[in-house]
Amino acid sequence: MDLITNLGIGFGVAFTPVNLLYALVGCILGTLIGVLPGIGPVATIAMLLPATYALPPVSALIMLAGIYYGAQYGGSTTAILVNLPGEASSVVTTLDGYQMARRGRAGPALAAAGLGSFFAGSVGTLILAAFAPPLTELAFKFGPAEYFSLMVLGLIGAVVLASGSLLKAIGMIVLGLLMGLIGTDVNSGVARFSFDIPELTDGIGFVTIAMGVFGYGEIISNLAKSEADREVFTAKVTGLFPTGEDIRNMIPAVLRGTALGSVLGVLPGGGALLAAFAAYTIEKKTPLKEGEQPFGQGNIRGVAAPESANNAGAQTSFIPLLTLGIPPNAVMALMVGAMTIHNIQPGPQVMTSNPELFWGLIASMWLGNLMLVILNLPLIGMWIKLLSVPYRFLFPAIVLFCAIGVYSTNNNVFDIWMVAAFGVVGYLFLKLGCEPAPLLLGFILGPMMEENLRRALLLSRGDWTVFATRPLSAGLLAAAVLLLVIVLLPSVKSKRAEAFVED
Amino acid sequence: MKLIKSQQDFFSGLMFTVVGAAFAYGATQYSIGTGARMGPGYFPMLLGIILAILGAFIIFYSLVEHTEDGEPIGSLAWKPLIFVIGANLLFGICLGGLPSLGIPSMGLVVGIYALVIVASLAGETFKLSHVLLLATILAVGSYLAFIVLLKLQMPVWPTFLTQ
Repeated sequence: MDLITNLGIGFGVAFTPVNLLYALVGCILGTLIGVLPGIGPVATIAMLLPATYALPPVSALIMLAGIYYGAQYGGSTTAILVNLPGEASSVVTTLDGYQMARRGRAGPALAAAGLGSFFAGSVGTLILAAFAPPLTELAFKFGPAEYFSLMVLGLIGAVVLASGSLLKAIGMIVLGLLMGLIGTDVNSGVARFSFDIPELTDGIGFVTIAMGVFGYGEIISNLAKSEADREVFTAKVTGLFPTGEDIRNMIPAVLRGTALGSVLGVLPGGGALLAAFAAYTIEKKTPLKEGEQPFGQGNIRGVAAPESANNAGAQTSFIPLLTLGIPPNAVMALMVGAMTIHNIQPGPQVMTSNPELFWGLIASMWLGNLMLVILNLPLIGMWIKLLSVPYRFLFPAIVLFCAIGVYSTNNNVFDIWMVAAFGVVGYLFLKLGCEPAPLLLGFILGPMMEENLRRALLLSRGDWTVFATRPLSAGLLAAAVLLLVIVLLPSVKSKRAEAFVED
Repeated sequence: MKLIKSQQDFFSGLMFTVVGAAFAYGATQYSIGTGARMGPGYFPMLLGIILAILGAFIIFYSLVEHTEDGEPIGSLAWKPLIFVIGANLLFGICLGGLPSLGIPSMGLVVGIYALVIVASLAGETFKLSHVLLLATILAVGSYLAFIVLLKLQMPVWPTFLTQ
């Protein structure tokens, strides 16, 4: 069978001591840097890219892939421990992961994230190896109208994430979309809403918003409570590893997350991110078992599913890159950069012209995932210790790392002013009971949505019905409407109930 | 009967309406175009209007809907707000200096001490010896991690010492 021979070539390449070493170094570096709040995979790879120039191409890509996974894993660690998503796809992990940590269950949360990611990563690698060619055909079927509808579906999915009012969550999404539009319009070159500030013509950085709104906003509102009832973390840490019950709850969530992530990851345009959000949405809609924590209060499924989904998605998002040469996200764009530096033109020809590189990279991804689990499970105890540091020592350190993190992304003090402004905004959001997670998703999707809407309407000559007449697009929109209806129904009921009580 | 049933909702609606209207107004400065030929103002205009309308709905509901305790906003936590944000701003000034006021760049190490001391003022207990110890640990750690290991480009020492 082709698959076996191909994987054989791959493991032959990956299992050389030198490449194993580079994979390990990449994983360790990635984890270490990813754990620092505010520095996600993009910043990490960007910083370490020069370090790989001197290596042979295969080793360089293997190391970069290791850094990518390491940083992603490290990002989930901070999301769980200190409520700071290091990157977009771990935004969802904060919802239940951080709540678990506050209840003294950081250990199981970290283990769930690690084990779920490993399983999903293994499946993703297999899928990547087996279905890379046929899956690219699926991506070809997606025109601008389909992308737009998919994003609408993704955003509606995000609404379901918010625990509060539906209208406010939609408001936050639209606000996020608008904020994403700040900066130079790719089509006309007009700098929009930049107030003649040169730094704003590049748009607002994701890291800046995430750090300000999630990091500073949360710290300020934590400090606002008196020390006695702050209770950031319960002192008692119960168990480092998941209990049997946890594992029973986790397994179906991991399976669902993996399946969803593998499919959505193929789509260019933040597949891993959409997958994480969608996986969480599905878990939230799956009825709770008896004695299970509700979502948003530390349900282990709420950690396992999105983490599996984003890892599976991260894996399959290599498909468009390796087969079409289209980078689906910023990290992959950096990988393209790394490839071209080494004189490899990403695209369909990589598979045939550099088979040892293609399959070696795929094999090393699996090895990287394995190394991460081996590295991280023993480290869980160490991460937990971090939580026993008194908050008055922890919060200045977080403020510092956020400040250094945003500064280092552009080496520009302007980002420090921006993160301060977003800190105030984030605190305001918390005060007004507006959930920031949908805002962040909208922010990331804003430019993509505009681009695809523009293309779709250009192709249809301004005819909006194109979204309903193309079958794939119509299906996605129908799913979005269905989701809205499902969300609305119970709340309509509960409001009615409330009204009856008051009357 | 209070006029505003839910303060939180009322003010978030107000925020959405104002921000949406501002974006929509701002979009009129750019060419709007038509659906088939969208100008840079088209999508922001569309979204701004949607946001403003959404905000109006939220305001409306906050006036008529019954909520149990009315979700009051409560007082703002001025102390942590000022000190945390202030610490961050001070750090920025230390790193970049303020050329317009003739303040030179003080570098990372001074910045870390300044940030840690000011941020710690936001907490309830402030013990200078503990805070200085924390700042020293963070300064040494950051120097090793960011400057030595990662080789990030940032000023470490005050410019008047290095020049």
